[in-house]
Amino acid sequence: MASTTAPPTGAAEGTGGSSRRGSTVYRGDLGMWSWVAHRITGVLTFFFLFAHVLDTAVVRVSPNAYDKVIELYKNPLVNLLELGLVAAVLYHALNGIRIMLVDFWAKGPRFQRPMLWAIIAIWVIVMIPGAYFMLQRNIVMIFGGGN
Amino acid sequence: MSTLNISAPRSPRRPAARRSNFELYSWLFMRLSGLLLIVLVLGHLFIMNILDGGVHRINFAFVAGRWSSPFWQFWDLSMLWLAELHGGNGLRTVINDYARKDATRFWLKILLYVSMALILALGSFVIFTFDPNISG
Repeated sequence: MASTTAPPTGAAEGTGGSSRRGSTVYRGDLGMWSWVAHRITGVLTFFFLFAHVLDTAVVRVSPNAYDKVIELYKNPLVNLLELGLVAAVLYHALNGIRIMLVDFWAKGPRFQRPMLWAIIAIWVIVMIPGAYFMLQRNIVMIFGGGN
Repeated sequence: MSTLNISAPRSPRRPAARRSNFELYSWLFMRLSGLLLIVLVLGHLFIMNILDGGVHRINFAFVAGRWSSPFWQFWDLSMLWLAELHGGNGLRTVINDYARKDATRFWLKILLYVSMALILALGSFVIFTFDPNISG
């Protein structure tokens, strides 16, 4: 089993993969970690969706009740969690595009690794201004500065 | 010399396995819904968290303003259904992968399907019956 999953001399791109001798645990390459991250971000987002539909349903109770619930989202700590949510969803979306390209684009499997680096680069480029705009107000509120 | 008489080998007749293409359609659904969700969810996150003050401008009046437009009602309803089915199907796969006992797998999936039904019903109810003049 281990011999088929981890050829000792890296075939096309397997040189980065590590397989310990005598271990039958699959220790995949970078692609495995992109899959692990895809699962974790997906499950976390699904749990958030559960909570988010419940909190939005409070609009059906009263304006006051809803405003109180939404006030929680403006709390600095929760604000930080929202940044984490955006980070998770953005990764999941970008890696989802990569998965679709691997599945449906003839050259996709060959470029899966450079595509992973590409989506990581896009993720960083989007998250920097994203984090700035999401946290700006709370940071100014906490650390003062200006009005 | 007489020839050896052996009947042709054959497997005993049995009913054909009931194959379904469910997993194929579920695989395809993940990709199609994912494509739509990229627009719906990233757009939603951008509008709600980043644009124009982000989360700090959201309150009841903000929601009432948005849901006065059929466009945003349709946006949110599609997003609700696609995200819940996409996420639920993903979690179904995760449960299938990691649950070791049949009973655990069964009950986790029942819990998942009940929560999906609850969220879809509640979310749709709220979008369809939202009342901007609700008192309280």
